[in-house]
Amino acid sequence: MALVLNEEQRLLQDTARDFLSRRAPVEALRKLRDTRDDTGYDPALWRDMCELGWASITLPEAYGGLEFGFAGLGLVIEESGRTLTASPLFASAVLGASAILLGGDEAQKEQWLPAIAAGEMTTALALEEGPHHRPHHIETTLTPAADGYTLNGSKCFVLDGHSADQLLVVARSRGESDSREGLSLVLVPRDAAGVTVQRTIMADSRNAANIRFEQVNVPADAVIGETGAAWPVLEQVLDRGRVAMAAEMLGLAKESFERTVAYLKERKQFGALIGSFQALQHRAAQIQVELELCQSVVLQALSAVDEQPEQLPLMASLAKAKLNELAKRVTNEAVQMHGGIGVTDELEIGFFLKRARAAMQILGDTGFHKDRYASLCGY
Amino acid sequence: MAAAAGQVNVARFAALYRAAGSGQPASGGAVLSARVTAMVIASLAPAAMLAHYVLPTTGDIATVEQLETFRTEVRQWLQDNCPESQRSLASPEEQYWGGRRGQFASEDARLWFERMRERGWTAPEWPQAYGGGGLDPQEARILKEEMKRIRARTPLYSLGIWMLGPALLEYGNEAQKQEHIRAIVNGEIRWCQGYSEPGSGSDLASLQTRAEDMGDHYLVNGSKIWTTNADKSDWIFCLVRTDPVAKKQEGISFLLIDMASPGVSVTPIELISGESEFCQTFFDNVKVPKENLVGELNKGWSIAKALLVHERKLMSEMGSDSPREQVPPTVAAREYLAFRDGKIADAQLRSDLVDYEMQMQAIALTHFRTFEERAAKVQSAAPLVMKYAGTEAEKIKSELLLAIMGSRGLGWEGEGFSASELDTLRLWAMSKAMTIAGGTSEVQLNVIAKNVLQLPQS
Ligand SMILES: Cc1cc2nc3c(=O)[nH]c(=O)nc-3n(C[C@H](O)[C@H](O)[C@H](O)COP(=O)(O)OP(=O)(O)OC[C@H]3O[C@@H](n4cnc5c(N)ncnc54)[C@H](O)[C@@H]3O)c2cc1C
Repeated sequence: MALVLNEEQRLLQDTARDFLSRRAPVEALRKLRDTRDDTGYDPALWRDMCELGWASITLPEAYGGLEFGFAGLGLVIEESGRTLTASPLFASAVLGASAILLGGDEAQKEQWLPAIAAGEMTTALALEEGPHHRPHHIETTLTPAADGYTLNGSKCFVLDGHSADQLLVVARSRGESDSREGLSLVLVPRDAAGVTVQRTIMADSRNAANIRFEQVNVPADAVIGETGAAWPVLEQVLDRGRVAMAAEMLGLAKESFERTVAYLKERKQFGALIGSFQALQHRAAQIQVELELCQSVVLQALSAVDEQPEQLPLMASLAKAKLNELAKRVTNEAVQMHGGIGVTDELEIGFFLKRARAAMQILGDTGFHKDRYASLCGY
Repeated sequence: MAAAAGQVNVARFAALYRAAGSGQPASGGAVLSARVTAMVIASLAPAAMLAHYVLPTTGDIATVEQLETFRTEVRQWLQDNCPESQRSLASPEEQYWGGRRGQFASEDARLWFERMRERGWTAPEWPQAYGGGGLDPQEARILKEEMKRIRARTPLYSLGIWMLGPALLEYGNEAQKQEHIRAIVNGEIRWCQGYSEPGSGSDLASLQTRAEDMGDHYLVNGSKIWTTNADKSDWIFCLVRTDPVAKKQEGISFLLIDMASPGVSVTPIELISGESEFCQTFFDNVKVPKENLVGELNKGWSIAKALLVHERKLMSEMGSDSPREQVPPTVAAREYLAFRDGKIADAQLRSDLVDYEMQMQAIALTHFRTFEERAAKVQSAAPLVMKYAGTEAEKIKSELLLAIMGSRGLGWEGEGFSASELDTLRLWAMSKAMTIAGGTSEVQLNVIAKNVLQLPQS
């Protein structure tokens, strides 16, 4: 059954929740923020997450993976949304691993996938070039050179870009700057000559960077897939990323909503618990309705990755658009329903609000995905 | 189009849906007219969604093999017995509702009804002892699937079958079952529902229609409102107050009343859609025999709640051959809107349309999830949110359709408009009833706040 968890999946989810709430609660993110931690995540935590197999859930056994399916990874990511855990899970295990698995040749898979699975290598997808998600609007160039290729251009909003070992760069080999034709995907070490990384401190206290590539040497075997023909693979990678991000947003929406409902049962005004006021009850109930719908959407989108790949583009856009709206609504209501304490830094609700804001922007805002959904449906 | 035709086992899905009789909130229940029901179904029924929305592919739950013989027999029997003319959607005028004044639209309709009745297949799952078909749920599902396959019409539309019968089988005494169940199966008596009153809608338990114990009979006084099709019905099942001092839920009884009794009168009410399927029903010193009390005195509230559970079932039964369907908004868009570069040129309408389509896709998936959860015996809050989500979406759809059709969507009657344009406007008016009937949207939210979120009550 696609929309009901099986025994194993439930177990995985319970384990993840237990582990994350002990090892990486929201408090841990606060600490990373306040200490301006260099890595931006806790490497010891990441090692343990990899030991639990989380970086390799979706990978085939041949490359050190568990072959548990994308839905399993989605459940773990959903739980990491509840705790707002900063880790390379999204950038490496979802985006990096998918790109190499779907686009790489046998040698590349054998070289990189076991390393990602074991947590020995992290990746970051260097895609965006402007403030909005425009995945085929690429001006970074990849030009042939004597010993391979030369990479030039600049990227922004590169998640984990300041800490990843390898950068997966989307560059143009040919074609107009907005064309889906002519794109290439190359793997570049972050410390390669000509790569300049500027870490950016974002609203959500998570990790991102602006990156410049100047006359960077790229050997021929660092090209993932065919040069100039990366779009079909890239689109699948992005869709997997969108679905995973939707799962994270579901987790953060559930957590901030549950905390808010708990507060409604605890705070008294006018001699009554504020949860007895119908104005608040109805808004909370409407959120519950949307949460139920979003739960189904995320489960379906996750299972589409493995079971119905032909539906993935539609389901990924549905999931990202729906969860963008849900996360925005829930976190805004969460702050409002907490009153004054809701806008303090001390209360963790603000962390959820800020992460939701950033997540909404990752791999496509609501407008992007509504437009894509309508286009896919032919109107 | 987004649809993945052939990906889903349609029949299995539809059968699951029918089997899903999950609990509705116990306040403000209502019977829906055929038209309104058709609309609910248009928004809620998986059958309608299948044509249009993406659903997961899943394997078969039950082992169907041992039922294949039954299927073959049923298929053959239907082939031999269902007249050609009864293998298409029935318009409202062609539906047979039975009762003392019931009229068949054609000789074929009568033949078809009689053949089905003889096998007890007007109520396939009811005990044979009372004239039912005696089928188990799996067999009944197969019968449904096979009827659907050839688009065989429902031979008898009946509130008795959908709502009262199941409650009577559970709570009624032997004499009541003997008297009423067979008459329902045979389509002899048409029933209507007397719950709501002028002063008691959402707060149903505050109802005031009195039934006084006069020794050998009850004396009933008061009135019921929004009684769907009361003017065409023979009997009414009513909630009445039998203890005026007890706590409001504890002084209510469930009473069956013959509408031919002296003192019962009915006035139709015209609605904004121009139809008058609803009535006010008055009781003026109506004598009701004591044996017409169902269950115990003052214990009617729990029967009322149990009966509401069957309301969703009613909806899906009627929806499976809903007479009229609104054009899907994506189809209407092609007919009425300008396109530029393959996109709807009007950005606002395009945005509204995609919002609606995404919401419906999410609702379709959530429906599917509730069936899977039911089969897997997993509890969730999903069933409790569906009435609210589905009917609110239906209103949005009707508004959207009119916006798409522009002035062509405004035709009330007569020349200059297509039948579907005229229907769309009437259905738009009726869509406003969807968030009121069967417990208003606000009541649904109250129920979610109380039962799901467990928020404190004031
Ligand atoms: C199409 C249709 C068919 C029907 N068929 C039948 C039938 O066959 N038999 C039958 O018995 N009844 C039938 N009904 C009646 C139906 O059950 C009632 O209309 C419904 O329960 C609402 O009651 P009301 O109309 O008195 O509205 P009210 O209860 O007066 O509601 C008025 C407004 O107040 C709001 N409100 C009420 N209470 C609360 C609260 N606690 N919190 C917040 N808001 C509240 C409501 O949501 C609504 O917006 C039918 C109704 C319709 C529309």
